[in-house]
Amino acid sequence: MLWYTGKRLLQVIPVLLGATFLIYFMVFAMPGDPIAALYGDRPPAPGVIDQIREQYHLNDPFIVQYFYYLIGIFQGDFGVTYSGQSVNDVLARTFPVTIRLALLAVFIEMVFGIFVGLISGLRKGGIFDATGLGVSLVLISLPIFVVGFVAQYFLAIQLGWFSPTVGAGAPLEDLILPAIVLASISFAQIVRLTRSSVIETAGLDFVRTAYSKGLTRRRIVPVHILRNSLIPVVTYLGTDFGTLLVGATVTEGIFNVPGVGRTLFQAILRGEGPTIVSFVTVMVLLYLVVNLLVDLLYAVLDPRIRYA
Amino acid sequence: MPDSIDTTTSKPRPEHFVAPLEETPLEAIDTIKAEGKPSNLWIDAWADLRRRPMFWISAALILVIVFIALFPGLFTSEPPNSNCQLANSNGAPTEGHPLGFTRQGCDVWSRIVHGASTSLSVGIIVTMLVFTLGVLFGAFAGFYGGWVDGLLSRIGDIFFAIPYILAAVVIMSVLADYRNVWVISLAIGLFAWPVTARVLRSEILRVKNSDFVTAATAIGVPRFKIMWAHVVPNSIAPVIVITTIALAGAIVAEATLSFLGVGLPSTFMSWGNDIAQAQTTLRTAPQVLLYPSIALSLTVFSFIMMGEVIRDALDPKARAQR
Repeated sequence: MLWYTGKRLLQVIPVLLGATFLIYFMVFAMPGDPIAALYGDRPPAPGVIDQIREQYHLNDPFIVQYFYYLIGIFQGDFGVTYSGQSVNDVLARTFPVTIRLALLAVFIEMVFGIFVGLISGLRKGGIFDATGLGVSLVLISLPIFVVGFVAQYFLAIQLGWFSPTVGAGAPLEDLILPAIVLASISFAQIVRLTRSSVIETAGLDFVRTAYSKGLTRRRIVPVHILRNSLIPVVTYLGTDFGTLLVGATVTEGIFNVPGVGRTLFQAILRGEGPTIVSFVTVMVLLYLVVNLLVDLLYAVLDPRIRYA
Repeated sequence: MPDSIDTTTSKPRPEHFVAPLEETPLEAIDTIKAEGKPSNLWIDAWADLRRRPMFWISAALILVIVFIALFPGLFTSEPPNSNCQLANSNGAPTEGHPLGFTRQGCDVWSRIVHGASTSLSVGIIVTMLVFTLGVLFGAFAGFYGGWVDGLLSRIGDIFFAIPYILAAVVIMSVLADYRNVWVISLAIGLFAWPVTARVLRSEILRVKNSDFVTAATAIGVPRFKIMWAHVVPNSIAPVIVITTIALAGAIVAEATLSFLGVGLPSTFMSWGNDIAQAQTTLRTAPQVLLYPSIALSLTVFSFIMMGEVIRDALDPKARAQR
């Protein structure tokens, strides 16, 4: 396990370097002068421009600039937003909210997704199964902002069950509706994954053995079938984390959740390039870390991976 | 059985029988029934698809959408951006304007009709880009293996590490002055291909040790030709499936980017733009938001449904699970 962890950690390094390089390259090797963009139509005095260029290492070769940026990231410094706040401060304020929203969404999609998937898989071909498949196909087809607006309009504005926007401090009850919307994107995939995994596991020899030695269904379903069917579902959470991040950006924008996603959403709306880059970098780092953790968890759950 | 074993001391063993040859006449097992119907994966899949109502429903929907995108003039006489009168702002449906008016007083139905070509062109361009890049990377990585695989797969990992909508957000905000259908397609496609490459690579790893590859090598077919003429065509089935679903994903991505405000400029007809503009009046005029949402979801739904039925038709394992 230690060896596997080490190997997996080593693999992350080139990906990390490559991904940050790509983001940096996309932004700073493209046409347009960042300083000119900063000042808009009225150019400042020539000396000011030179000073700023020197301050932000803009006169250095591209690769040197990249290393300054990389060093900043490793020191935990993600830069400054347009309004002069440090990105770290903004993160410290918004991150807990997003974490709460994401955990709530993952909880909802896991509980309901696995439940529906398990029942569908155990009663393959039944009415419940057919309905579940149909509903999941429709849910997959609905873009998240469509789900968001429909939920906001019908559940919050018309029926008044939820608050249409999230209040200050993001209390948990306000986050339920955004979390349901965020969960809806991956819910269908989890249902399908669980279903096919349950069908596959239920046909395996050890399940037949369990039945033939007289165990009850009540014990076989959770212990033998469900537990062994969950491995692909857990890995899916890792690969799906990117969707969750993008989904959080849209959902937080719609419901006005004061999280990382809304900050990115507003930066995009205002066209604040450097802020967008900082937040995308943070999200990519987060994505890599989560995938690493899920891979390690995968190895814990499935010994075949460790020794492969 | 070697004769040297002393049978007198060993334990009694069951006798072995071999069926006499004349009782089971052997047929030549390698004869080919020339008069029989030819069969391969694609013919089987087509036979399977033809029987599915889901296939015909999604095919019909896709055809209608393509038709609307190609000939918008047949479905609405209204040009999308003229005749917008603020007096009609968020107006109810009237004669000739079946879905009412947007906040700017434009005809909702004509904007939906004209938006179809934008969604579809982005979907198709992205899909072609993703397919080309994915097949190139996946084929070389899977077939050649070794350091080629190591290099190409690492490059794929790097692109995979950036969720493609986030990457597109960065590209589109940098290229704010150059936003059009081609740029947005490039921005989405450039980071969406690694999944395709991974699927093709793992399928090639499975296929490349098949007998027909050995046979082709034995008769001296060059390796490059084996890859393109034998291995890739036999590994492409799962790629076709995820490509169909990727088309739907690209349409969603375009709408999401337009919704976020880094997609196409408002001069383009785009369902994402229309939804974004209608969100400010969600409380008072929800129908303006609803109709483009339905158009978008229906388009995505038809491509996803198509991908699903093709998957079921191509994959016997999935068929057995239903």
